[in-house]
Amino acid sequence: MTNLFALVDCNNFYCSVMRVFHPELNNVPVVVLSNNDGSIIARSNEAKALGLQMGQPFFEAKSTIDKYNVVYFSSNYTLIGDMSARVHSTLARFTPNMEIYSIDEAFLDLGGFKGIDIPDYARTIRNTVKKWIGIPVSIGVAPTKTLAKLANRIAKKSEKANGVLVLTEAKHLEVALKRTDVGDVWGIGSRYATKLHSFGINNAWQLANVTDAFAKKHLTVVGLRLVKELRGEPCTDLEIEPPAKKGICSSRSFGQPVTSLNDLKEAVAIYASRCAYKLRQQKSACRVVTVFIHTNPFREQEPQYYNTKTIYLPVSSSSTIELVQYATMALEHIYRDGFVYKKAGVYITEIGPADGAQMNIFDRVDRSKHASLMLTLDQLNRSMGKGTVKVAAEGVSHIWEPKAEFSPPCYTTRIEDVLKVR
Amino acid sequence: MNTKILLPSETVSFILLGRDTETKHPLFAARVPAGFPSPAEEHIEDRISLSSYLNGHPDATFYVQLEGDSMIDYNLLEGDLLVVDRSLHVRSGDIVLANVNSEYTVKKLEITETGVRLLPGNKKYNPVEITEDLEFLVWGVVRGVARRIRQ
Repeated sequence: MTNLFALVDCNNFYCSVMRVFHPELNNVPVVVLSNNDGSIIARSNEAKALGLQMGQPFFEAKSTIDKYNVVYFSSNYTLIGDMSARVHSTLARFTPNMEIYSIDEAFLDLGGFKGIDIPDYARTIRNTVKKWIGIPVSIGVAPTKTLAKLANRIAKKSEKANGVLVLTEAKHLEVALKRTDVGDVWGIGSRYATKLHSFGINNAWQLANVTDAFAKKHLTVVGLRLVKELRGEPCTDLEIEPPAKKGICSSRSFGQPVTSLNDLKEAVAIYASRCAYKLRQQKSACRVVTVFIHTNPFREQEPQYYNTKTIYLPVSSSSTIELVQYATMALEHIYRDGFVYKKAGVYITEIGPADGAQMNIFDRVDRSKHASLMLTLDQLNRSMGKGTVKVAAEGVSHIWEPKAEFSPPCYTTRIEDVLKVR
Repeated sequence: MNTKILLPSETVSFILLGRDTETKHPLFAARVPAGFPSPAEEHIEDRISLSSYLNGHPDATFYVQLEGDSMIDYNLLEGDLLVVDRSLHVRSGDIVLANVNSEYTVKKLEITETGVRLLPGNKKYNPVEITEDLEFLVWGVVRGVARRIRQ
């Protein structure tokens, strides 16, 4: 295990992406809205200062937004995803080992960099990402992941740190831990924070100095590991290969209410097909397919209906054709006429390695044919663009698709969307 | 004379350019039947890739499309796809994508002792002197240009 971790975190990532293409938005309050433009999912520092909240419904925030001329965008995950990939691949140049922790965060292994000025190196990383991609990042460096996360938090807030904080010396660590509330320690939720406060443990320094027995008793084994990490003893390593997912869900609220079985079938087919694709990506197959549908619980005046149906597959599968077939079957089973549906989803479980699937003697599906068909389908969609080939059940035009009205163009992935300049 | 006339299909296969998304090695390398090793196997190279010719660091490379006739003297035409590399250090004489007072523009950058100017490549337009009251940003350096002749 390495003994020096850097956590690189993009500042207000979604807003920063918009600023790359709209430099005029620097120093202007910016918010990014969720799918369907329902609520705020990202805020620039200026927007935070105006009191706009994470998750706040758009209609509720609208008066503040209008009053202070806050600029708002729908989220464009294609653009955000590409910018994230650029950041991660730029970061990968600086380390032999990296864990992509989220869309806008990565842990870098900086252990064993002998004779290198680490603060200087971290500033080079920060400047390179800013220059190459245009995204500002904060970097925290420390002997454990938990401490790197803590250092990052301070790097982001403290003006003196200017985006980079390296915590390797005992006296610096002590100061940093003392100024961090226990509730802000990575992995301490609000429930544990309340509990710790009741014991008089208010900051991370106090938490680092509890006995092992106390930590184990009140915070479980996971908490003990966390306390050890706060003391500088690494207990968690980089997760370089993301663990295969145990359950995959694909669901979406509809942009417009849906009543017909046909529309629901198309939506469910699309979700099932996304699940199948994700399965193939991680070389797994699933045994169980669950479909759920429900009406809008906030429309109390309308009749309400909620139902789910689970189907056990005879043989584990990752074939789009099969999963769509079973998901449609499940939907037909639970669909009731006369309701206005708000959401549908497909959830798959009992996921195992694709090559370890148990056979069934009554199986009449030609599995090798399916496998090679899926391989071709994935290759075509990768080289010719997403959605080039799909199963017919997914349909073509979908009036129910969530509308993102204020969506920015896909500047970096679609040639017709690139910036036009004179 | 023993000149072989290239059939269209042969010509095409010869200049076929690789795509970035393609597998790194031609597929046939993996499909040689047992007992008949291909004499070409050890000589396989990646195909010529236009993007690796034009682009610098792929992570720092963005494309923009040129409109108007302000750069024709530098052989940049309306509709050209410009390859903008943000990783390059800006030098005087570079053609750059700049942002002046919230507007994007592609011009030649001239840095002298007397100041900084953006020079258009067309006498119809005037150079822009960068003064302190302007919001000025060099977004990236134009490294190359892609133009399609046949639509």
